[in-house]
Amino acid sequence: MHQLELRNITKTFGSVVANNNVSLTLEKGEILSLLGENGCGKTTLMNMIAGIYYPDSGSILINGEEVSIKSPIDAFNHGIGMIHQHFKLVDVFSATENIVLGYKEEGRFNLKKSAIKVKEIADKYGFIIDPKKKIYDMSVSEKQTVEIVKVLFRGADILILDEPTAVLTPQETRKLFDVLRKMKEDGKSIIIITHKLNEVMEISDRVAVLRKGEYIGSVNSKETSESQLTEMMVGKKVELNIDRTEPKDPKDRLIIKNLSTIRDDGLPGVRNIEFTARSGEILGIAGIAGSGQKELLEAIAGLSKIKSGTIEYINPENEEIVNLCLKSPRQIRDLGVRLAFVPEDRLGMGLVGNMDLVDNVMLRSYEKGKLDLLDRKTPGKLTDQIVKDLEVVTDSVNTPVRRLSGGNVQKVLVGREIASVPKVLMAAYPVRGLDINSSYLIYNLLNEQKENGSAVIFVGEDLDVLLALSDRILVLNGGHITGIVDARSATKEEVGLLMTKSVVVEEE
Amino acid sequence: MAHENKREPLFHIVKRMDIKPGAKVGIKVLSIFIGLLIAAIFVVALSPKSNNFFGFFGSMASGVFSTPRRFWKYLLEAALLLGVSIALVPAFKMKFWNLGGNGQILMGCLGTCVVMFYLGGKLPDPILWILMLVAAVAFAGIWAVIPALFKAFFKTNESLFTLMLNYIAAILVGYTISSWYPKGTGSMTPLTNGQLPIINNTPFGKCFLPIVLFVFITTAVALYLKYSKHGYELSVVGESENTARYIGINVKWVTIRTVLFSGILCGLVGFVLSGAINYMMSTNMDSNMGFTGIMVAWLSHFSPIVMVFISLFIAFITKGMSQVNEDFGFTDENLSSVITGIIFFLLIASEFFVSYKIIWRADAQKVVDKIAFPFVWVGKKLSPVFEKIGNFFTGLKLKLTKGGK
Amino acid sequence: MVEFLFQAIAIAVIFLLGCVGEILTEKAGHLNLGIPGIMCVGAAGGILGVVIANNVNGVLSIFCAILFSIIFAAVAGGIYAFLTVSLRCNQNVTGLALTIFGNGFSSVFINNIIKIEGEGGKGALLSEAGNKFFLAHLPFADSLGGFGKIVFGHGFLTYFAIAIAVAAAVVLAFTRIGLNLRAVGESPATADAAGINVTKYKYVFILAGSSIAGLGGLVYVMQYMGGIVGAELAGTVEGIGWLCIALVIFTLWKPALSILGSFIFGALYIFPSFVNVFFPDVTFTFAQLKLFPLIPYVVTIIVLVVTSLMGKKENQGPASLGVSYFREDR
Repeated sequence: MHQLELRNITKTFGSVVANNNVSLTLEKGEILSLLGENGCGKTTLMNMIAGIYYPDSGSILINGEEVSIKSPIDAFNHGIGMIHQHFKLVDVFSATENIVLGYKEEGRFNLKKSAIKVKEIADKYGFIIDPKKKIYDMSVSEKQTVEIVKVLFRGADILILDEPTAVLTPQETRKLFDVLRKMKEDGKSIIIITHKLNEVMEISDRVAVLRKGEYIGSVNSKETSESQLTEMMVGKKVELNIDRTEPKDPKDRLIIKNLSTIRDDGLPGVRNIEFTARSGEILGIAGIAGSGQKELLEAIAGLSKIKSGTIEYINPENEEIVNLCLKSPRQIRDLGVRLAFVPEDRLGMGLVGNMDLVDNVMLRSYEKGKLDLLDRKTPGKLTDQIVKDLEVVTDSVNTPVRRLSGGNVQKVLVGREIASVPKVLMAAYPVRGLDINSSYLIYNLLNEQKENGSAVIFVGEDLDVLLALSDRILVLNGGHITGIVDARSATKEEVGLLMTKSVVVEEE
Repeated sequence: MAHENKREPLFHIVKRMDIKPGAKVGIKVLSIFIGLLIAAIFVVALSPKSNNFFGFFGSMASGVFSTPRRFWKYLLEAALLLGVSIALVPAFKMKFWNLGGNGQILMGCLGTCVVMFYLGGKLPDPILWILMLVAAVAFAGIWAVIPALFKAFFKTNESLFTLMLNYIAAILVGYTISSWYPKGTGSMTPLTNGQLPIINNTPFGKCFLPIVLFVFITTAVALYLKYSKHGYELSVVGESENTARYIGINVKWVTIRTVLFSGILCGLVGFVLSGAINYMMSTNMDSNMGFTGIMVAWLSHFSPIVMVFISLFIAFITKGMSQVNEDFGFTDENLSSVITGIIFFLLIASEFFVSYKIIWRADAQKVVDKIAFPFVWVGKKLSPVFEKIGNFFTGLKLKLTKGGK
Repeated sequence: MVEFLFQAIAIAVIFLLGCVGEILTEKAGHLNLGIPGIMCVGAAGGILGVVIANNVNGVLSIFCAILFSIIFAAVAGGIYAFLTVSLRCNQNVTGLALTIFGNGFSSVFINNIIKIEGEGGKGALLSEAGNKFFLAHLPFADSLGGFGKIVFGHGFLTYFAIAIAVAAAVVLAFTRIGLNLRAVGESPATADAAGINVTKYKYVFILAGSSIAGLGGLVYVMQYMGGIVGAELAGTVEGIGWLCIALVIFTLWKPALSILGSFIFGALYIFPSFVNVFFPDVTFTFAQLKLFPLIPYVVTIIVLVVTSLMGKKENQGPASLGVSYFREDR
């Protein structure tokens, strides 16, 4: 008898088939990895077990008995708990308040008593948690802890973790895996959704693979290899190597000295940043999510409040030095500094979801022309060009970009940004949510810019890619630079350590 | 299996990816139809005088079409409403909730009347007209720009701010009237100097210029939104403020400029109300058009053409209701807000069926099919017509507006 | 001065009910701009209740008034809830439509169905009920002088309103229901994932909030106006309704604080009638007196600006206020 069994599950969203006829089993006391590329339907499938979505057809069995999971509460009642990738926590609540939320316990509502129980669970599995701390004061790893304790608090036997390591440092990941192993010893069954092969091999007993919404098969971790799994994931054998050429004639392009910024909410952004970006070179930026990557790029693009320091731009044409701190975003752009910024919300900055491709491409050039009237012809031609060159899949150039898939949205954005031959190109998480082919297309575009003599700044989250693509890697933690390493010689562990290294500064 | 079906939810809702223009028109027509039906039942049920169900529609039509005077008054009402709706669109499209249309109209009236009252007879009328226009636009502009400044610099909640300004404007108007007529009842007699020209002394002659003016303004604003850089900028700000900052648009300036523009257009409505129609002002001269205008602008999804039709329809109800009032023995002119309210509810609700689809459980689907059968049948018969109307609007929309949601 | 404080409390009750009603609605993540309309409808329902009770006795009159006021307001709130929760329509637009409707409906209902003036008019019955029942206060209040009048001299509904506010404060801060409700308003997706029935909570608290706000309309017409129904009823109640929504921001979404907040707003609102008490030496012209009602609106604007300048997270509105929740949104 299986702890959990899925039979022929199908789920569609409009015309998109997210899961097609998927069958899957989970045994008691095992850790199962659910492996697949972005957009292959892993999360959708798990959301159906957690009661977030309801399958169009198919059945779910727990301990051999067919069940209907219509809501998260049904899921809890069947002992299922899911830790979502985007944490489902209420920001202004404390840890305990979040943990007891929605839990119908016997007896009177008593937060103090619950806090004690939270502590007990944390001690049992080796978590560190402050029951009274508010969520908005917590680090990503602390928030994840709250999520896991929340599920255990309800006595879940089946835990589903969606990309739990995406936001963690290697050290934090190790701690998490220790906890997961303790839970397994305790008899819990765990599904972990991931696309990182090395983690799959390290933590799981068995691996199930999804591709484009379909179940491909499952293998025991001990009997498989990374290359076999890759093949199952993407269908054909792919070369995981990224070309890296030696920088040609690197020249200083951006010299940043003693830069400190202030965020919109008044808290400090990055602090005392000093580095140089050179032409013909890719400078990678590593760090846990929210370590100041966004603030740094926005400062260079003229989008944030600068407290002190200088950002010197050396114009390649006349070697003239310009301080970008004193310039508006528009003036900075006219100098050739381009920012392709892809924050978590893909259409949050850089593109307008409800506008069509032409109007989005026009964002960069609409001001041209003396009249107060718009010229849509020239941008229209450029759009056609981008669609053709980067193989953007779209009905027409008049389709709103929000209707495009993630990869195509990204192609439009990057295509527009490089169309004007930037001297500095900044890309933040440019491959987040893209499939392997689109990711490689983006990497190639970045490499192309590097060879054209651009200074490329690339913020990434996958350390393997950062190490393979960049020439140098700058590591941020808590708004400080904790180190700049040579990407050709550095190791993952080295970068990982820098990501968590704390910098003590005397407050002025 | 039957046992398992019971555990499945009765229905679930999914987002529609695309909807045919014909179906969209069909849904709207159906909702207006149901709305009018409810309205008729409401009126007939409560009427002390008549219980002629079909008479309700006859009364409405006769309230609008029975005499040329009524018809022109109706067109004027529709034009004014169109003027307010289109005035609100630029700010609205920028996601600035300007609930202060009423106050801005009143300030336009105030500006106009101040010039007429103090300078009337002292200056030749043409100069007076220009000064009236300037004052109306300035007063209303200030009324709009104050909340815009606070929104731009401090992110102050604009909807409540503008609401409060409505009351302040009404109080200022009341104060001004009382200071002009210290012994009066708080109302004003029409001013004789500075009346805007009329073609002749027929209803047509009096209404023609305002109607032409608002049709012109609507066209101009539609072109501004679609073809000017300003229009493009404000769409970007409305859709994504971060993207606007990222491409170097000065969000604060665009906010202020756009809301100022909206206020000025509302002021023009006040200018017409006081200078061309009533030659005076009162604390409720706005007839709540600021609110109705928001509904019209929102329901038309900012498409000026659709806005024309909705304005015509809402004005039809307002004007038609005055006859219904008489025929059905109501003593309260507020009946028209009740009916417009009901129609608004139905139209708002119809938005759901445009953007979402209900998927019923298999056994429930059968029942639903049976109930829905007559409607589907009628819908199928009418579908070529709806499709034509739908395509007509989509065609125009592509030509006239862009990007709007 | 005693009269001023007495009157301030008398009108503050209306603010308090409107404000607590809107707080509960907003805590569920719904900005209800229909509250002014709902208060009008509540007033109409209250009048119907009094007419039905036909002045047989005070308890019945007050009971029927409350009952029908709540029924009317809940139906109006139900329309809003259905449109914004189930059909996920835009909250601002739906609310405005409801206010347009509610304002008109109360006028039509009171003037055409109940009829105040003329033959068969209920004006006398209503004012009698207002004076005899709704304004009846504890007998010992008069013996305690000014203090007694201010504290104990009000009608039953005043104390009922304060009890509602205190109850709302307790529920929000100290119960599981309150915790769940706050979660629904802050992040419905989180609440949903935690197994809370988001739709149920939204409906229950929109209806509860509407009912409470509707009582505000009842208090205005039967207690504050003593049952005298004037032509300006709907207009005045609507104006107070908008101030109630602003008051929610002023009281930082806390029902307990709204007791104090509504007293302040009540005092500002009736201040124009007491200008001569406060400035006995100044003679104001007829026109100048018309300017004093500006005060509550100007103060509200100042409050809006000041609160927008403060940035503490707990003092802001619920994070998901005004946003429709659709579980399968991707």
